[in-house]
Amino acid sequence: MLIRRPSDIPSSDITPESVYLDRRRFMGSVAAGAAAALVPGSIAACEPAEGRPAAGTEPAGQEDEPTPFEDVTSYNNFYEFGTDKGDPERHAGSLRTRPWSVAVEGHVAKPATYDLEDFLRPHTLEDRVYRLRCVEAWSMVIPWRGFELRRLIERVQPTSNAKYVEFITLHDPDQMPGQRRPVIPWPYNEGLRMDEAMHRLTLMVTGLYGRDLPNQNGAPLRLVVPWKYGFKSIKSIVKIRFVEDQPSTTWMKSAPQEYGFYANVNPEVDHPRWSQARERRIGEFRRRPTLMFNGYGEEVASLYAGMDLRRSF
Amino acid sequence: MKKVILWIGCLTPLGILVLETVQDRLGANPIERITHLTGFFGLTFLLVTLAITPLRRVTGWNAAIQLRRPLGLFAFFYLCLHFLTYIVLDHFFDWGTIVEDILERPYITVGFTALMLLIPLAITSTRGWIRRLGRRWQKLHRLVYAAAGLGVLHFFWKEKADTREPLIFAAVLAVLLLIRLPFFKRLTARRRSPAPATAVIDPARSSG
Repeated sequence: MLIRRPSDIPSSDITPESVYLDRRRFMGSVAAGAAAALVPGSIAACEPAEGRPAAGTEPAGQEDEPTPFEDVTSYNNFYEFGTDKGDPERHAGSLRTRPWSVAVEGHVAKPATYDLEDFLRPHTLEDRVYRLRCVEAWSMVIPWRGFELRRLIERVQPTSNAKYVEFITLHDPDQMPGQRRPVIPWPYNEGLRMDEAMHRLTLMVTGLYGRDLPNQNGAPLRLVVPWKYGFKSIKSIVKIRFVEDQPSTTWMKSAPQEYGFYANVNPEVDHPRWSQARERRIGEFRRRPTLMFNGYGEEVASLYAGMDLRRSF
Repeated sequence: MKKVILWIGCLTPLGILVLETVQDRLGANPIERITHLTGFFGLTFLLVTLAITPLRRVTGWNAAIQLRRPLGLFAFFYLCLHFLTYIVLDHFFDWGTIVEDILERPYITVGFTALMLLIPLAITSTRGWIRRLGRRWQKLHRLVYAAAGLGVLHFFWKEKADTREPLIFAAVLAVLLLIRLPFFKRLTARRRSPAPATAVIDPARSSG
């Protein structure tokens, strides 16, 4: 077999990076749009980022166009790299995402530590466009790439003692300079009830806009739970633990009166310091009304039947 | 010359804001950035205004008093921009939400109160009002301490977890207030140069 050495490839055959990136981005958004059309609960009007909103599927002013890539990757809450929204993009270069290992622990038939590649290999990645609603009352629409968390859970076989899944972010102040100050308790951790984790909308994500996750967005592996406030969607995961008791999460520990375990998007339950009734979609001028469960109520409301969402906030 | 430097210094933040807007460098959430910058600069100028009297006492640079009124008015100017940003850009005259915010969100309540306290001070900052109010002018203008305290509290309560910046503001304000206590006044009194016989209009000298 003839393998051409790089010097044999005429430079005219090499696609300029900008074209290549644009193409990937375009393909990604097309795929994302298609995926969204197939997945109920993801938004209906998912055209490519550059495209027009689909007509007639939502009330006027409620269109969900993907937020531009530049905004998705430059406006982030990722305190491991600093508390300013621009800090993650500025400082996340120091994060080494390869090699990366993920430990699966607790009440599972097969506890193990995986190299990331082995961890991901059995899963087929798909693109899905979800709304993301931050607890700070802004929102985006992001074409993610990943797989359903339930596929992973089925694979590692939790025992009947596993009632919750806990996720833990990397703790390494050398790579994550924001961790040198105790702004919030490190390492960051989050958790889901088992039925929430098994819900088909819950994703393990490795990419966005059809490419690998940029570091500032939680590379190489993050969670995405679209009906909950953004802080539940933990980034740069190194440990997944199946536990019997409800874990106390970082924001619950940091300000228990302000952040609860469930953190479902709910326009009727205000944050103690600000209203959650409306939100600013990044790129839009007027605030728009926040939707119950971030608009995914049809799929997820039954998970919380009979619960007082004012108390279990 | 002093005035020119002062105006350049005080208008620089506005220039930064305009430049960032024109060059589309305000980031993904421009309204949030404008809100933050105008509030940050307004509060900064308020603290700088409060630093003039101690500066004067410690250094003996009496002419510094001429900077105090313009600095205070620039603080008021930036804080008005901050409030207008909130009303127009952030909520676009959604009065229901705005009134609810002011009544029910403590950090907005205190911020709003601070701005309201500054309004009479801005109005009575003219020579005419200083003359007309006489000794009452000093008393009235002590409201600036309350406004500064509420402003810092507003900043502190607004932060989600990282309170480093508001704590720095609080520390600076604490120093500026402590310096005014009789004990510290005596400490710095020795270094004070004798007041000129024909002093500039300075009704707040003893209280300021």
